[in-house]
Amino acid sequence: MWNFILRNIGQRLILLIIVSFVAHSFIHLAPGEPSEVDPMNPRMKPEDIAKIRAAFHLDDPLHVQYAYWIRDLASGELKSFKDSQPVLPKIWDRFLNSLPLFILATILVWTWAFPAGIYGAVFRGGAYDRGTVFLSYALISVPGFFLSYLAILWVVGWFGVPVISIKTFGMEHAEPAYKVMDRVWHLVIPSVMAAIGGIAVLSRYVRSQMLEVLSQDYVRTARAKGLEEDTVIYGHALGNALLPFVTMFGLLLPGLIGGSVIFEQIFAWPGLGRLAYEAILSRDFPVIMTLNFIAAVLTLAGTLLSDILYAVVDPRIRLH
Amino acid sequence: MNEPKTSALSQATTMSLDPEAMAPPETPWQEFLRIFKKDYQALFGFWVLMILLVTALAGKALTEWWVVFDPEVVRLTDKFLPPFSIPSSDSLSIDRPFGGVYFMGTDELGRDVFARMFQGSFVSLSIGFVAVGISLGIGILLGGLAGFYGHVKLGFITIDTLIMRFTDAMMCFPTFFLILTAVALLPPSIYTIMIIIGLFSWMGTTRFVRAEFLSIRELDYVTAAKALGIPEARIIFRHMVPNALAPVFVSATIGVASAILTESGLSFLGFGVPPPDATWGNILSDGKGFIFDAPWLFFIPGMAIFIVVLAFNLVGEGLREALNPKLRSR
Repeated sequence: MWNFILRNIGQRLILLIIVSFVAHSFIHLAPGEPSEVDPMNPRMKPEDIAKIRAAFHLDDPLHVQYAYWIRDLASGELKSFKDSQPVLPKIWDRFLNSLPLFILATILVWTWAFPAGIYGAVFRGGAYDRGTVFLSYALISVPGFFLSYLAILWVVGWFGVPVISIKTFGMEHAEPAYKVMDRVWHLVIPSVMAAIGGIAVLSRYVRSQMLEVLSQDYVRTARAKGLEEDTVIYGHALGNALLPFVTMFGLLLPGLIGGSVIFEQIFAWPGLGRLAYEAILSRDFPVIMTLNFIAAVLTLAGTLLSDILYAVVDPRIRLH
Repeated sequence: MNEPKTSALSQATTMSLDPEAMAPPETPWQEFLRIFKKDYQALFGFWVLMILLVTALAGKALTEWWVVFDPEVVRLTDKFLPPFSIPSSDSLSIDRPFGGVYFMGTDELGRDVFARMFQGSFVSLSIGFVAVGISLGIGILLGGLAGFYGHVKLGFITIDTLIMRFTDAMMCFPTFFLILTAVALLPPSIYTIMIIIGLFSWMGTTRFVRAEFLSIRELDYVTAAKALGIPEARIIFRHMVPNALAPVFVSATIGVASAILTESGLSFLGFGVPPPDATWGNILSDGKGFIFDAPWLFFIPGMAIFIVVLAFNLVGEGLREALNPKLRSR
């Protein structure tokens, strides 16, 4: 077991090094430089640009720049090109903002997808099953921002509550109950919007997994020996169908950064996704690279976690 | 798909057997059609896509050659007209829209939304197809290499390790963020967007083509082909690739859908196809600013994207059901 974990960590560390190379060279080889964000500005003289380039080490060869980046990242002194703020605290602040959104969306996905998928599989071909399958296709086919705009219009028009940004300004002296409700309203709509895609995908996956298990021989045996249908489904089939999803807990982590750019932009939510978007707009290389790197670290940690979880949960997996 | 081939020699030796009785009850193609035709959702999606294809080709041809369909004509006297309204009388007769009516209204510059949607159907569809073409090309090439020549050593590592570790590294990045970064850093153009979306979505294809190749390589008919001394290239392209293609078709269909959605997401963030080219994504994202004053600018492209992407997804799922022998038996 320990052998397996150690070797896995080793492999992932090597992968991480490759990832850092790719992230760094990809950003630096793409045309467009931080010094060119405002090329039409008449006050930017060539010597200013040269000064900027020297300050950001942009004239050094790629591998030297890479060394600078890794050194600064490791010592925590990496500074943003845009405002010279340290990158890591900046990312941490935005991460804390994104966290409630992410947690609520995850809870919504996991509490809705499973009952929907399992119920659909048990009553395969029925009206409910066909309805939910069609609905899940419909939900992944809508452009996210189209649906979000409709939801904003509906919620604001119907309930008269504000939903944009994290909270309403000027509520600092309100009653605590009002403040809490304000935060809840602001949180719920973006979370639901961010969760919809996940619910649609995961519920179909749960359904097909459950169908796969229900057609196994041991389920037929359980039925043949006269067990009640509920015992067969919930006692014998469900556990085996849910096994692969243990691993998906680990794969959720990277969704923190990737999936949120559009939704945080729509809802003006000051989280990681918007930080990434702002960094891209201003060609803020350290922030872009570090975000990509952190996303990769999260993905690798997630897959490691899911491999270990799977090995722990499923005794049929042999570690070697 | 094709009749079982019987050469003159085998016919001569098996004269006593009735060839009709020997043939399988239905060819794989007939079986596929039978299952696909029973799937109403997929069939609906298929017809929507056929209509879309015709629309897109017609749109490309008509907007290029016929003045009444020119989507770039600006008529400032006809701003924000709702659907089915008549152009104001002082617009020049040569500028009048098709049929003398704005079927889908006009936008903030008085451009005919019907003509723009018509042109956009071709652009949006070609973004989907080109992006998927690129990602499939890379995916099949790398996956096939890793699956068939994976054991060959290059120095101290095998080709399989090299390709699959690179694939794993690429999979670590959040795809949409990566596409966004690349599109934002590169000069804006419609080709950049197609190529970037394609370049960053081949990882899944590579992985399952490799898996498919690894299992097919061990099958008896490949061994038989090798024993017959058939050249390797012919074994790969004539015998193995067609058998590995079923999942590729499915993921290609769904890939087109997600490329269209990605393009609309990029448009929303301001990195879409630059004007004057119209795509459904940038008509929608321009329309979001006028959602109260001119709701048709928002709802028409939104519903169009929704229906087309839904159709692609339904067809993809229908293909998956019809091509997958495991699902078939149930």
